[in-house]
Amino acid sequence: MAVLEVRDVASGYGEVQILWGASLALQENKLTSLVGGNGVGKTTLLRTVMGLNHPWAGSILFQGKDVSNVSAHAKADRGLVLVPEGRQLFTDMTVYENLEMGASNRRARNKVKANLERVFEMFPRLKERTNQKSGTLSGGEQQMLAVARGIMADPIVLMIDELSLGLAPVLVLQLFGSLKQLRELGITILLVEQNVQMALAVSDYGYVLSQGRTEMEGPARELIHNEHVRSAYLGL
Amino acid sequence: MTTILQVEGITKSFGGLQALTKVTFDLPEGQILGLIGPNGAGKTTLFNIINGVYAPDEGRIRLYGKDVTGKKPYTLAKLGLARTHQIVRPLNELTVLENVMVGACFGRENQGLGKAAKIAGEVLEFVGLSAHTDQLASSLNVAQKKRLEMARALASRPYLLLLDEVLAGLNPSEIDGMVQTVLKIRDQGITIVMIEHVMKAVMGVSDRIIVLDYGQQIAEGTPQEIANDERVIEAYLGDPKLAERLMKED
Repeated sequence: MAVLEVRDVASGYGEVQILWGASLALQENKLTSLVGGNGVGKTTLLRTVMGLNHPWAGSILFQGKDVSNVSAHAKADRGLVLVPEGRQLFTDMTVYENLEMGASNRRARNKVKANLERVFEMFPRLKERTNQKSGTLSGGEQQMLAVARGIMADPIVLMIDELSLGLAPVLVLQLFGSLKQLRELGITILLVEQNVQMALAVSDYGYVLSQGRTEMEGPARELIHNEHVRSAYLGL
Repeated sequence: MTTILQVEGITKSFGGLQALTKVTFDLPEGQILGLIGPNGAGKTTLFNIINGVYAPDEGRIRLYGKDVTGKKPYTLAKLGLARTHQIVRPLNELTVLENVMVGACFGRENQGLGKAAKIAGEVLEFVGLSAHTDQLASSLNVAQKKRLEMARALASRPYLLLLDEVLAGLNPSEIDGMVQTVLKIRDQGITIVMIEHVMKAVMGVSDRIIVLDYGQQIAEGTPQEIANDERVIEAYLGDPKLAERLMKED
């Protein structure tokens, strides 16, 4: 059974419809990517799954239960967690305080110590900088902290929006490598990326979103060599 | 073939951010030029420079061979350069007709109110908004507001029209309708530069395409050439070599 299932979801902002029928299913303990060009609705889909946007149609199932109308914080309590695009750190708070904020949901509160250990093992850099204000970290460190804060929320499913945005290639390589470690910890991951090559290289399965619809899916290593993926991006 | 627009070595930075670096191209009259590139590539900044919203740090803009670098948007409108905005900017307190009249009054022909109303009526017919002539602009839906934005630009009787994401936020059938309208405008002899993310549409409609990435012009060619250009593919899909390294680490 899929741990998270999105069925034919439509959504948007005000009178502008962005999603016209997006569907995907995440298998437990797998890394799944959702790729697509500018403005096709990737972030809107994550926001809708999380409950920050309302689905206009379709349904969202988490662990077999319909959560289409469950609020974002209640979803976090159940183990559905989002690492938002652009990191959205509390820049005036220290690294440690940011991590604490991640652990504020019901599931995570009693597991702070264990999750901190996991986080520091994965990102030793953050351990060195525990008491530093997060706004003073480098871009790569900030992205690490954003992912780490997500792990502190003790996710069953972790959704990450644009892991590679604005980062140098060596950092991109390192962060994508850490996604594999997350999978080994038993976390199911949904990765949203513009960097198709990297996303598919690290993933088990992939979906291509085009103009608000999921138009293609398959094992990631097949998609990476699929000419149609390129044409979905480049329009030819 | 007459060259309508020459963009020569345009460079622009905002504080420490290099938004455009030596962008250079010539645009022949009567063509549709697609301007594409990932988010933050500098597409709208280039429009803002061609259109006179910003002056470039370096480089020249020529319209029909005449140097118009640093001229204000309202001066350029009188010379036959019009644009639409990505986020539509209707004058909400005015009717649809009045909005379009503004274009005619302050455009190339500098019309008085009577003639402006006549032109506005014709343009509204052309873009398919004539049923909404007397409505307040604020009452239009998104697709209609996009058409209004276009109508106001057309009423200025431009030689060159800059379209900034006129397809964004439209549903698939509205996109088809808008693409037909863009082609109709070109058939009237108006030269078009369009920024667009809806790739299928921009690839289908453009005679030539220029690709910007981090402010650099990384490719120029026919849609077919662009879709097969390695640098373009890398800008859009990521670096295949880095991905290979990641896979090898398994």
